[in-house]
Amino acid sequence: MDQAIVEQTSRSVSRPAGMALSIEQLNAWYGRKQALFDINLTVPPLSVTALIGPSGCGKSTLVRCLNRLHETLPGARVEGRVIANGLDIYGRGIRPMNVRRHIGMVFQQPNPLPTRSIFENVAIGPRLNLGLHGSRLKELVERSLQQAALWEEVKDRLHSPATSLSGGQQQRLCIARALALEPEVLLMDEPCSALDPISTLQVEELITYLKRQYTIVVVTHNMQQAARIADRTAFFLHGHLIEEGETQQLFTHPRKKETEDYISGRFG
Amino acid sequence: MSQERVSLSKARQQWLGWQRILRIQRPGDLFFRGITLLFVLIVLGLVAGTAWILISNSLPTIRRFGFSFLTNKAFDPVHDVYGVLPAIFGTLMTSAFALIFAVPLGLGAAIFLVDFCPRPLRFVLAFLIDLLAAIPSVIYGLWGFLVLAPWLHNAGEPWLQQHLGFLPLFAGQPEGVGYLGAGIVLTMMILPLIISVSREVMLVTPIAQREALLALGATRWEVIRHAVLPFARVGILGGVILALGRALGETMAVTMIIGNQANEPSLSLFTPGYTLASVIANQFGEATPGLFLSAIIEAGLILFIITLITNILARWLIASLQRQAQGSRGGRP
Repeated sequence: MDQAIVEQTSRSVSRPAGMALSIEQLNAWYGRKQALFDINLTVPPLSVTALIGPSGCGKSTLVRCLNRLHETLPGARVEGRVIANGLDIYGRGIRPMNVRRHIGMVFQQPNPLPTRSIFENVAIGPRLNLGLHGSRLKELVERSLQQAALWEEVKDRLHSPATSLSGGQQQRLCIARALALEPEVLLMDEPCSALDPISTLQVEELITYLKRQYTIVVVTHNMQQAARIADRTAFFLHGHLIEEGETQQLFTHPRKKETEDYISGRFG
Repeated sequence: MSQERVSLSKARQQWLGWQRILRIQRPGDLFFRGITLLFVLIVLGLVAGTAWILISNSLPTIRRFGFSFLTNKAFDPVHDVYGVLPAIFGTLMTSAFALIFAVPLGLGAAIFLVDFCPRPLRFVLAFLIDLLAAIPSVIYGLWGFLVLAPWLHNAGEPWLQQHLGFLPLFAGQPEGVGYLGAGIVLTMMILPLIISVSREVMLVTPIAQREALLALGATRWEVIRHAVLPFARVGILGGVILALGRALGETMAVTMIIGNQANEPSLSLFTPGYTLASVIANQFGEATPGLFLSAIIEAGLILFIITLITNILARWLIASLQRQAQGSRGGRP
């Protein structure tokens, strides 16, 4: 990323420190099929936690439980606790949409709103939730695009359709859209799997930069990516959390045999 | 040396064989193209044939009355003077009425069915609505004539007149039969169509678009407003056009409740009137060859043209919406 942008952005931003998440005894189902079994995991603040594992191991399901998105699918169900800032987001009287406003999410496929402009795509969150408009909204959109390292590329065409951007740019636009709500936590569900290597590198650099201000949980099927960007890594298999620890530790001295088999490429 | 020449000619032969393989004409594709082209031509031929029959058979009145056929309000077989102004007005009036009420109602019902309705109830309601669309129009007409019109005459229209009589829409004498009754029956008839089509297109909104909004803390309504409706609007508009086509051309039910009088066009919804389709249905039985029959066919021609124009306008609207949705590069990711 352009160093000048980084400095300019970090100067213009002052936000509260990211928040820790503590997942306790979490179980999740799709209809009758159980996808997660008794997950216990702590996500430290201002860090990158990677969730790895083969397809269907439950890592995406877990991340979707962290902003209460899982339960929006027909038949989907969650049990257990996710403690954020001392409060269980599955507790009584908690409104899922308020949770989602504070725990942002970026998806596997870039999903900008196709009928809206670049500006509108970033502005929609603050518009809906904070009622911002006018110059304050413009400032926030610019800041979010800068944080997502997209500002320089789009500043002259903010009102072009979001679909006029390349795939990598669209993904950074979606990151900017999530950041515009100034969330405490940013969840990323395989954010690079639909991107080319150069865009992947840009997004990875962005993640490393963003962890100074946000707590990040990133799902990836790419072990090299986890090794490059994550402070901590958790390995999942068949809906169970097999092992979790510091990234380097997990990749060099795995404690469980399944982890070793997976990271050494014996399956998955 | 000779061996080299042999291998050279062998290479050439191989190349020729390869060329032949790539140049093979496959009959299947050609056949399929021909067949589909034929089908399209048949459809075009039907439309052109309809237009030709309508035009050629209405030539006597076109020659005799010219443009005044559109502005004359009398449809008078006794004096052999014909005009369809009340019918054109009635057609547009009742169809507009039906759209104004059926579009918001239908859209609201579709949104409820897609996003708010409890799952088991959803299928029952969707089934009932599709059933509503399958009821023959003569039954709607019977209901309109036997139930709706008397009620409008005795209760509905007097009430409207009393409370909203200052509006020109509700001025005049309550008659029971008229634009209001026809508009209500048409609304009921196109409502299931609008609900069904809107529901189908809203159901296929990509989950990614819904989740994009959900992940930003959007409420259910905001998800619909910003993800579902922008995605579905082209399809919904398509459904509305279908509905409009049905309302413009609906004959049986409208004939039974509109009153069938060639009155001066009036804003009052209580006025008994005509639509182009009801003129044809009413007069066709007594039509004698000559100007009378020609006038009826010209009414059909005008209905044909009105339908054509509304469809062209609607296509144009849809195309412009699609361009807007796809952006400058075209195509969604």
